[in-house]
Amino acid sequence: MSKEKIIVVGNGMVGHKFLEFLSERDNRDQFEVITFCEESRLAYDRVQLSAYFSGKTAEDLSLVEDGFFENNGFKVYLEDKVVSIDRDNKTVTSANGEVVAYDKLILATGSFPFVPPIPGKDRDECLVYRTIEDLEAITHGAKTSKRGVVVGGGLLGLEAAKALHDLGLETHVVEFAPRLMAVQVDDGGGAMLRSKIEALGVTVHTEKNTKEIVNGDSSKMRMEFADGESLETDLILFSAGIRPRDELARDSGLEMGPRGGITVNNNCQTSDPDIYSIGECALWDGRIFGLVAPGYQMAKAAVDAIAGDKESEFAGADMSTKLKLMGVDVASIGDAHGNTPNSKSYSYNDEHNEVYKKIVVSEDGKKLLGSVLIGDAEAYGGLLQLMLNDMDLPEHPDSLILPQREGGAPAGLGVDALPDTATICSCNNVTKGDIIASIDGGITELGELKSCTKAGTSCGGCAALVGQVLNAELEKKGIEVNNDLCEHFAHSRQELFDIVRVEEIKTFEELLAKHGTGKGCDICKPTAGSILASCWNDHIMEPSLAGLQDTNDYYMANMQKDGTYSVVPRIPGGEITPEKLIAIGQIAQKYDLYTKITGGQRVDMFGAKVHELPLIWKELVDAGMESGHAYGKSLRTVKSCVGSTWCRYGVQDSVGMAIKLEERYRGVRSPHKIKLAVSGCTRECAEAQCKDVGVIATEHGWNMYVAGNGGMKPRHADLFASDLDDETLIKYIDRFMMFYVRTADRLQRTATWMNNMEGGLDYLKDVIINDSLNLGEELEKQMDHLVDTYQCEWKSTIESPEKVKRFNHFINSDETDSNVVFVKERAQIRPATTKEKSDLIETVAV
Amino acid sequence: MSNNNQWTSICDASDLISNIGVCAQINGKQIAIFQLEANGTTSLYGIDNQDPFSGSNVLSRGLVGDLKGHDVVASPIYKQHFDLSTGKCLEDDSVTLKVYSVRSNEGKIEVAAQ
Ligand code: SRM
Ligand SMILES: Cc1cc2nc3c(=O)[nH]c(=O)nc-3n(C[C@H](O)[C@H](O)[C@H](O)COP(=O)(O)OP(=O)(O)OC[C@H]3O[C@@H](n4cnc5c(N)ncnc54)[C@H](O)[C@@H]3O)c2cc1C
Ligand code: SF4
Ligand code: FES
Repeated sequence: MSKEKIIVVGNGMVGHKFLEFLSERDNRDQFEVITFCEESRLAYDRVQLSAYFSGKTAEDLSLVEDGFFENNGFKVYLEDKVVSIDRDNKTVTSANGEVVAYDKLILATGSFPFVPPIPGKDRDECLVYRTIEDLEAITHGAKTSKRGVVVGGGLLGLEAAKALHDLGLETHVVEFAPRLMAVQVDDGGGAMLRSKIEALGVTVHTEKNTKEIVNGDSSKMRMEFADGESLETDLILFSAGIRPRDELARDSGLEMGPRGGITVNNNCQTSDPDIYSIGECALWDGRIFGLVAPGYQMAKAAVDAIAGDKESEFAGADMSTKLKLMGVDVASIGDAHGNTPNSKSYSYNDEHNEVYKKIVVSEDGKKLLGSVLIGDAEAYGGLLQLMLNDMDLPEHPDSLILPQREGGAPAGLGVDALPDTATICSCNNVTKGDIIASIDGGITELGELKSCTKAGTSCGGCAALVGQVLNAELEKKGIEVNNDLCEHFAHSRQELFDIVRVEEIKTFEELLAKHGTGKGCDICKPTAGSILASCWNDHIMEPSLAGLQDTNDYYMANMQKDGTYSVVPRIPGGEITPEKLIAIGQIAQKYDLYTKITGGQRVDMFGAKVHELPLIWKELVDAGMESGHAYGKSLRTVKSCVGSTWCRYGVQDSVGMAIKLEERYRGVRSPHKIKLAVSGCTRECAEAQCKDVGVIATEHGWNMYVAGNGGMKPRHADLFASDLDDETLIKYIDRFMMFYVRTADRLQRTATWMNNMEGGLDYLKDVIINDSLNLGEELEKQMDHLVDTYQCEWKSTIESPEKVKRFNHFINSDETDSNVVFVKERAQIRPATTKEKSDLIETVAV
Repeated sequence: MSNNNQWTSICDASDLISNIGVCAQINGKQIAIFQLEANGTTSLYGIDNQDPFSGSNVLSRGLVGDLKGHDVVASPIYKQHFDLSTGKCLEDDSVTLKVYSVRSNEGKIEVAAQ
């Protein structure tokens, strides 16, 4: 039997989703699948397009899994565009001259940005915001611009404004309507949004109709408005709405909407039953859906109609949205304007904290119809579910938007009240039931849940809700989700940190007496030890603190499998004088230690018995060395490459910067270990992008990356800020590290901390760069305190006979542990195996 | 404790720091000694120093505390917990360590062991 030929025109988000759905079908072998991709790259995540400006690469944004086309036997024509359809012969013709026959044709051609017909709109400096190429053009144009204007104050326009703002342009938004986001937001919300956005340094002009774009005086261009006013600018970004790309359909005589769009039925079939249309080019029930979630639902309906045994229908989609625009929460649900006859609304306007909330309810006050949230959109998930599931409102609906004061019960209905069929993530069509199934399958962590269900991975609007469902379900299963540290403290690490700081608690005993029960354990003691060190930085061997330390911290060395320890002196930036190298060699030789170069650019000496530690360290300190904190949950190494001093490509002194950073942050106690690296140029020989903080030199300064990780679950660091001078770099690292120290869970590396952070990288940037929590100065002060009170723990230990005494193996004898036995291998010692040991000990004993 | 155990003095009471272990050697045997002190109560414990899971003599360097009301020490190597009163391993029923009586007598710490 010959295969049915399917051609998909457009490999955008929705076209690709169609291919994915099809590839998941058991009967996919019955089809021969061909797709035409006009762009120079395969499908990528347009929703996350702006992330391209913050360092995401085209590769990061790709939606195409490795080997997807090869493995499924799908054929793709890259950079080739379909130019006509011959419906009689059922073929399509491409720009490159391919003529290909189809049995079923799918039009997934998306939309294009609408540029109003203003004279002057075709100037080189007039750009749009839709593809990666557009973004490249914007980056390029911004280099020679001081001021940029976005035409259009809708959702996309504000996102574009943020991009221009981040590129360092003085940014203006010009909107035709009297308010921003006119479609989604009411007057009250629009006003609040405007004042928040202006506070961030973007100027908003409403009720402005651009007549003409002419040569400027102080800038490259001038926009002339209908009201006689004008605005000079170097760059214009049009974001005045989208128009369906329906030209193929129009030319081949398919039925169209009066204002464009390819008319489809509930199966996404056009007026020609062999031609389907999905995504932003399709017109269903007189409407175009400019969001990705409805597009995905159309893709599903079309695949079901063509390849499925039962049909699913596209039944319209909810257009509610939640997003963070320039750090401002904005959400709009359902009938935001209260257009439903006899609907009533409640609103809450807090000018002090700049929060605006409104709900629209049915005439009888029983059902939620819509909502607008500005400044605080935490209620979004819950409200959306109330509306979508047609649930009854609480007795006093206003409790849903009024602030919760102390002691008040949480407003709204918990996630428990949601039916299993409730869609939690509309982008990826994940229901509460799907999430429960994953949890039944053993998933307990938010990050894992996201990667397995895809919930929360597109627009991110549902992230909080996904987290709530996860927690509620885990709790039901009796899996511990409370953040209690352990049975002794009903507090999370973050809460304990705040308690210690605010109440100025200096000892574990005091903390336990005031806020805990019992005697403590090997979880809460080291955690408290670390918090006390992060806050007050007293010597960890002080009697009141020593009992809190894990053996590694207590003996300031890492315990090995045989009970001996390793010794690691600090070698900042990996730079070491021959004299110090010789000293290390001589000391290792004298105490017969196994030596190895570590993965962190320093030397580790293994096999030291506990009583030898102070002796070895005395000699190391005398030779000018200090503790490397290889044992602590604290700064490990700042790896560096050789940099501009020697390397012909280096653009900054990476070794100098690495040493500066290592000497600044040495000894700082944190929830887990912290590693940094500094590379002298973009070749990145120091592998900075897999570190907690990575620094890469640029012509103009330093790029800072955060939250990278090697280890068990590698994570590439995110670009956090670019072209920083030394001072700003250190300021940001201070704030970043202190914020991590304050808010992370116990034993949580920065990568997991980041993965679990609500609001993600943008939020972190807000806190650290824009100082949105007003914490910057305090964080810096805390770091300064830690830097000022630094002492080499080993130096002060060997100077105190009291402390040195504790390194004896026995309290009642000067003998050493006879159970520690070494044999030689490759000319150095190693612990004997059990068998070797019994052989050796027997021979000796006889 | 059987009768032929003798009390051996190992150090001055002032040599112990509360909640930090030490190791005593008595007739070639290594015993981890702990003085737990919390909320005004003090208890003395002795338990084998050898960690049965790694074979290393390190339990005196473990962290002490209590779990569900039982005083315990956590092995510093693989973190199993041992009940200081009974020697039972909380993570593995089949493992029980020997425990020893410890007392403070006229300013000396004494251990009952053969
Ligand atoms: C010595 C060294 C291996 C070597 O011979 O090269 C080493 C040795 C240990 N590593 Fe490591 N790691 C060493 C570099 C690394 C690196 C490479 C690096 O730093 O560039 C990594 C991956 C990078 C990273 O951390 O992102 C690494 C990822 C780990 C992890 C996994 C962490 C994670 O987030 O997944 C652990 C386990 C942990 O910390 O929970 C670990 C834990 C350990 C411990 C502490 C295990 C233990 O508890 O005994 C080892 C202690 C040995 C000792 O006594 O010093 N080690 N370890 C390296 C010491 C570097 C230094 O100079 O301080
Ligand atoms: C900056 C930005 C932010 C956004 N943010 C969100 C958001 O937060 N939430 C949300 O839901 N949506 C968002 N969207 C909208 C979302 O990206 C679209 O809804 C989605 O991409 C639509 O998918 P599509 O496949 O219909 O169109 P597209 O992704 O545009 O794909 C259409 C593809 O077809 C190609 N094509 C067109 N004609 C032809 C032809 N004749 N031959 C071959 N190929 C052709 C095009 O080149 C294009 O690659 C955003 C869009 C942008 C630009
Ligand atoms: S990789 Fe494993 S075995 Fe090797 S040093 Fe690191 S922790 Fe030890
Ligand atoms: S709703 Fe967009 S990611 Fe879940």
